Amino acid sequence: MTPRVSYPAGIRFENVEKRYGGLYALRRVSLDVAPGECVVLAGRNGSGKTTLLRIAARLVGPSGGNVSYIDSSRGDKGADRVRPGFVAHATMVYDELSAEENLLLFARLQAVERPKERVAALLEEVSLTERRASLVRTFSRGMRQRVAIARALLTEPSVLLLDEPATGLDSPGIAWLTQTLCGMRDAGCTLLMSLHGASEISALATRGIRLDAGAVVGDTNAGASMSSVLGRAGE
Amino acid sequence: MWKRAIFAAIVVSLMGAAAYASFFVAPTERTMGTLQRIFYFHAAAAWAGMTAFSVTFVANLLYVWRRQPRWDSLGVSSAEVGLAFITTVLITGPIWAKPAWGIYWTWDARLTSTFVLWLLYICYLLLRTLIEEPDRRALLSALFGIFSFLDVPLVFGAIRWFRTQHPAPVIMGDPNAGLNPVMKATFFFSVLAMHVLMVFLIMERNRLEKLRFEVDVIRHELEVA
Amino acid sequence: MSLLANTGVLLGKELKTEFRSRELLTTTIIFVIIVLVLFSFTFDPLSDEARRFGSGLLWLAFLFAASLMLQPCFLREQTNDTLSALRLSVSDPFAIFLAKLAANTLFLMVMELLLLPVFAVMYSVTVLGVLPWLVLVFFLGSLGVSIAGTALSSISAQARMRELLLPLLLLPMLTPILIASTEVTAALLDRSPYVLWKGIGFLVAFDIVFLTALWLFGEYLLEE
Repeated sequence: MTPRVSYPAGIRFENVEKRYGGLYALRRVSLDVAPGECVVLAGRNGSGKTTLLRIAARLVGPSGGNVSYIDSSRGDKGADRVRPGFVAHATMVYDELSAEENLLLFARLQAVERPKERVAALLEEVSLTERRASLVRTFSRGMRQRVAIARALLTEPSVLLLDEPATGLDSPGIAWLTQTLCGMRDAGCTLLMSLHGASEISALATRGIRLDAGAVVGDTNAGASMSSVLGRAGE
Repeated sequence: MWKRAIFAAIVVSLMGAAAYASFFVAPTERTMGTLQRIFYFHAAAAWAGMTAFSVTFVANLLYVWRRQPRWDSLGVSSAEVGLAFITTVLITGPIWAKPAWGIYWTWDARLTSTFVLWLLYICYLLLRTLIEEPDRRALLSALFGIFSFLDVPLVFGAIRWFRTQHPAPVIMGDPNAGLNPVMKATFFFSVLAMHVLMVFLIMERNRLEKLRFEVDVIRHELEVA
Repeated sequence: MSLLANTGVLLGKELKTEFRSRELLTTTIIFVIIVLVLFSFTFDPLSDEARRFGSGLLWLAFLFAASLMLQPCFLREQTNDTLSALRLSVSDPFAIFLAKLAANTLFLMVMELLLLPVFAVMYSVTVLGVLPWLVLVFFLGSLGVSIAGTALSSISAQARMRELLLPLLLLPMLTPILIASTEVTAALLDRSPYVLWKGIGFLVAFDIVFLTALWLFGEYLLEE
């Protein structure tokens, strides 16, 4: 299904701080995500998960500190080459275009090789080939999520950032997502995803990190248990 | 505390001296008489207003470059003070123009661009009230401020070059054209007084803005704790 | 991917989206017609004076229409956060602005050229003789409106009261365009060309100044 990731990459957060006026969304967060790790970020609403992910995606600039990508094949910071895939709360695709048109647009913008073939292959992978010419506006939440993930996978990224990707998905949708992410993980992609509590998806994780009020309060790498990091379901 | 009080005293003295000079030291102008004395106040205020807006422009650029709250603070302070000065210019102008020329207003290059500048700075301040998050507010208003500052010379140029079929009476004449030395001295003294007033007002307003920011930080810290 | 290539791809998207629904174009054109008709009630459109006023009213109508038409420009990128997707995908964020302002210029020109015959009939002016020059002025003026409008649209999309805010910010800013375009259009319709090259030069200058400012500061407008 998904080919082996050619350039595994890790993420380094060094004293990352984000301030909105007088409010601290992130307080000196330092983390090292190793290439190939599958990390789940847990925490209540407002703990800073989304901010951390958006900073990692370089959509938001930190107020202090630095985020960088470590391209392991080069050993040093190959930050310029690594472009993470990002799946957000919002679908990040155009309702007025079809699934195929959306994917082609983003494929062309990112100079994906042989865009038409790549798009066709991805549509096949996310099982949307029959609906490829339908406008995204007509899609269900689950189908939109599939287009969103396909968009993130266009460039075969070595890092995938996901912000609560299971929101609004039904059981079959979650099962599909779990299977897809499992495939990505096994292919060597580094995954950093924020989730609400324990679920099928969190079971994929090799590491858990808990955020509270913008700071890291639990890390399975530092000895905490996964269940304590994930907290109660629905939290 | 004392420094501010002393500065305030200096401002008041300078303004008082400038007023005195405008009314009693400068000779009466031949054609317009006593009415002309408003010019010392009006034109000096205009210069001070323009300087304030230049400060705003520089503060805007510095904020976009450096992202330090102090430049945003300076930007809004100088914009408000500049707006106050230009408002008095736009009010005193017609007061002078009506008895002197028979009309309150004309759309020549200088007046029109002053008016558009005034409008743009009102928009700048209005924009700020419509964005809640402080960093966004600072950045977006700074960018708008930069665009506005670039626009004003274009407005001036547009009227200068494209309104030739309606020559306008030059109401606020070039202050250096044929003024006698005492008048010139009075004028420059007024300009100085106005600028000192401008600096004082900007500093006070800036101080207020900084206090507001600190209160904001403290409030957020309390909410989290 | 190069700036121009990205701009081309995005421009294709903007055009495809608009021509599929044509909602912006149709509503804008109808709005301008209404404005022109209403204006004509306020004075005698067939008098000689009308030729002088007519150009000004035409451009005023265009500016009002533009300030409405430009609102969805960045607002529609907020619905599904597609702006973030664009920012992640393009190598140079200026491509986003270039594509949008090119599309907006095109839409404005389509509107203006469709309305020109309507205006000519309503105000009884002959335009055929000076048509190429009119098209040039429309282009340069619309370009200026688009550049400023696209920039300000990205600002107003991030503030409250955005529907009212864009016209408020944009109309004073476009004063130079209104003045210069009106003069040149009036001169063309009046057949007195002395102001022509000055006007065109001025519009070009405006466009260059604002495009440069947008190029320098555009990425900050898109920041989150």
